[in-house]
Amino acid sequence: MNLHEYQAKQLLREFSINTPRGIVVEDPTHAELAATGYLGGEAWVVKAQIHAGGRGKAGGVRLVKSLDDLRTAATDLLGSQLVTYQNAPEGQLVGRLLVEETLGIARELYLSVLVDRETERVAVVASSAGGMEIEEVAATHPEQILREYCDPILGLQAFQCRNLAFGLGLTGAHIGDLTRMLQALYKLFIESDLSLLEINPLVITDDGRMVALDCKMSIDDNALARQKKFADMADTTQVDSKEVAAQAVGLNYIALNGNIGCMVNGAGLAMATMDMIKLHGGAPANFLDVGGGATADTVARAFKIILSDSQVKAVLVNIFGGIMRCDIIADGIITAVKEVGVSVPVIVRLEGTNVALGKQKLLESGLDIMTADGLTDAAVRAVAAVQGASA
Amino acid sequence: MSILIDKNTKVICQGFTGKQGTFHSEQAMVYGTQMVGGVTPGKGGQSHLGLPVFNTVRDAVRATSADASVIYVPANYAADSIMEAADAGIALIVCITEGIPVLDMLNVKAALRANGARLIGPNCPGIITPDACKIGIMPGAIHLRGKIGIVSRSGTLTYEAVHQTTQLGLGQTTCVGIGGDPIKGLDFIDCLALFEADSETEAIIMVGEIGGTREEEAADYIKHHVTKPVAAYIAGQTAPKGKRMGHAGAIIAGGSGTAEAKIRALAEAGVIVAESPADMGLAVQKAMQR
Repeated sequence: MNLHEYQAKQLLREFSINTPRGIVVEDPTHAELAATGYLGGEAWVVKAQIHAGGRGKAGGVRLVKSLDDLRTAATDLLGSQLVTYQNAPEGQLVGRLLVEETLGIARELYLSVLVDRETERVAVVASSAGGMEIEEVAATHPEQILREYCDPILGLQAFQCRNLAFGLGLTGAHIGDLTRMLQALYKLFIESDLSLLEINPLVITDDGRMVALDCKMSIDDNALARQKKFADMADTTQVDSKEVAAQAVGLNYIALNGNIGCMVNGAGLAMATMDMIKLHGGAPANFLDVGGGATADTVARAFKIILSDSQVKAVLVNIFGGIMRCDIIADGIITAVKEVGVSVPVIVRLEGTNVALGKQKLLESGLDIMTADGLTDAAVRAVAAVQGASA
Repeated sequence: MSILIDKNTKVICQGFTGKQGTFHSEQAMVYGTQMVGGVTPGKGGQSHLGLPVFNTVRDAVRATSADASVIYVPANYAADSIMEAADAGIALIVCITEGIPVLDMLNVKAALRANGARLIGPNCPGIITPDACKIGIMPGAIHLRGKIGIVSRSGTLTYEAVHQTTQLGLGQTTCVGIGGDPIKGLDFIDCLALFEADSETEAIIMVGEIGGTREEEAADYIKHHVTKPVAAYIAGQTAPKGKRMGHAGAIIAGGSGTAEAKIRALAEAGVIVAESPADMGLAVQKAMQR
């Protein structure tokens, strides 16, 4: 689960990390009040709160130097769909703005804490190339990226923080400042079950303070059950509505841009099914894993979600019946197709225990269901069905 | 031979009296697995499925000399169960549970490094040596004892590979589902080394997917240390960047972990990479004929 910048900064402040003074607003009038009543000064930064990077280049972060400009920026952004190079073509809804004070910046740095898959440890990453995408720095100036790996029992040690601080070329009081900040970040990361914490940039101001100018945080979805504090921080407007609906009924669904709906058991097979559709000249409309126990009820819910995408012109069901027998899965598909009233061609590939009986049931159902012989046949038929529909 | 398990493997189940533990222990016993007992804290002294129930893994090991354990404990408690099994001297721990928080797994891995126990999973179907021992949730009937070793990050894709090699009459020595999590126990390289050393295994199928770089590392390992024919399939060529595709570990992050990079690395190492998941069996057959 991702947090908004303003939520992440709230957490940073709870761990005594400096952030710019700022206020979250949901309408332009409040933006003005925030500037005049609370922040003061003559210039402000208006930041669109969406769950995606690349906001600056997309016009979602604006420096304004008058109340008129502030009002214009707020009116522009609030309620708009902001498209960045990182999100979907339709963009994401800007429901809130963060209005912040401006700071005089002497230096920009990069910091992140993440779970490193290679070393199987929490890694703290720092770079003197602040404000740039870290992937870009990694590609062009890998020597500018510093890393320390934390033993889970010992945690982040002070010497590791000093390694990073001196590596960044910091001096004097900033060595201690960074050490305290990193240890606070590590504690926050562990206590909150984060999967990513990124401060980019971390700035050193003209008057020598160290301030987190921007912050991204993601929480490990597997830990949400024990991280109750995040329960009311989720923002479902930032995710495809079909994905939200699927999640609510315990299905794993990801919307894509094609027109062949997919219903598959198992994440790997679901990805493989998408790949096969592409291989045979089609385009998958979604990723959907119905899980191991594909009952009539789950299949019906999955059909409803797939068909709520108006682009879908055919549905490919690919189930490897293991513990669950194919005849029972076939019953589930028949019930679901009848109940939901599916109006596009349905191609079913079943394999596993009792497959012959399962196919027979589908054939005898009298419904518009094609049974496929194997994976390849299923993909070919689904692509043909869609091409037939558009011809 | 086979790898890791055979007909002599004595297995206990943690989370034995729960719904999953009960169902899959019954299935395993029908298949012929030597189940010797189970653990459910608070139910020690009872009998379940005709087997003794213990309060702790330590008690279970003392009474049954079990050498493997399968875990069907809910996600929030599963990491503790893995560490309990390791501490009690279980040599092979198979964790089926999906959804363990990743920071818990970092602690588990640190504990296992010190202990030496082998972990399969979590978030995996388990391990099977056909006609000898089944530990996990895979359907036993699709397997055929034979000569292919299978290692896979995906459950149902393992079943596809099994089904295809059974249809071709090749059969399997041992199939290991290593699981879909980013931090896990045995990985491709561990299993490749075991299959390379196993006299019965003639060829290997590895099934990977997007996320991480373990397939690339495996490719490098194969190039230098594996003499047996290897075929592979990598899922997720059409997966969008930055999205977690069902498995916690299946995500292309910061341009790393793409299917293209994995396929390229494996092909360069001489592995026959199936373009389609329908061709995993044919790919390994082709690799064996070279």
